[in-house]
Amino acid sequence: MNSLTTYLFIAAALFIIGVFGLLQRRSLIGMLIAIELMLNGASVNFMAFNRFLAPDPIIGQVYTLFIMGFAAAETAIALSIIIAVFRRIHSINIEQARDLRG
Amino acid sequence: MTPLQNLFDPQLLAQAAFAVVVIFTFTGALIAVLPRNILYNVLGLILCLTGVGGIFLFLGSAFIALMELLIYVGAICISIVFAIMLSRPLHLSLPKRHLPKVWGAFGVALLVFGVLVTIISRTPWQPAPVRSSDWSVTTLGAYLLTRYDLVFEVMSIVLLVAILGAILISGTSGRRSS
Repeated sequence: MNSLTTYLFIAAALFIIGVFGLLQRRSLIGMLIAIELMLNGASVNFMAFNRFLAPDPIIGQVYTLFIMGFAAAETAIALSIIIAVFRRIHSINIEQARDLRG
Repeated sequence: MTPLQNLFDPQLLAQAAFAVVVIFTFTGALIAVLPRNILYNVLGLILCLTGVGGIFLFLGSAFIALMELLIYVGAICISIVFAIMLSRPLHLSLPKRHLPKVWGAFGVALLVFGVLVTIISRTPWQPAPVRSSDWSVTTLGAYLLTRYDLVFEVMSIVLLVAILGAILISGTSGRRSS
């Protein structure tokens, strides 16, 4: 509970669950959820280094806030793209979204 | 010490709470990835992110833990639920699982995990020689507006552009095509 490697292993496990989901899912929203899991693994990593190694405990918190802000922006864009794709091909399965023409 | 006092030992309670938080995280992460019903995935994601907020609490930052709840659970998960409601109806047939793909994904994930575990256990982690212990939100706010000013401004611009882009993409593309 109080060692750096415990948290690093938790973060690595979260990250690989995200990788597994991203590769295995075919629904676009499912892939988005997997990406959120990977971003959270990275955040836990930053906070763990911040707690145990960093000279100044502010840096990791700023980074984690930065990741959260970008995750929010990324989700907004991705969801609007998903809705646009759904209106066009009436599916959110990526194997049916092969056409890049606008 | 009587057994009852032993039960409420702060150290033991902290370890139990940590175990609960970690179980929340991994159960949620697995629910977020494995079931094919997309609504279960979102509920699992909420569970997992709550657990990650608890881990942040154990890592010393209550502020980041609250932000995790507020931004991820409160904003991102709810917007994902909205996207689900606006897209495919849930009662339509679920796509069949493609087994070779699942096993391939499992293999790749296992490979990545092996690499990460090797890196984590081989690296000699050295703490910084001088470490400040100032965790207060006041200092964080002061740093965000002075030394890490650029982070704050880039985040604001990116969020503004993302919201405008989201409105543009989802608002006009359907009308133009229909």
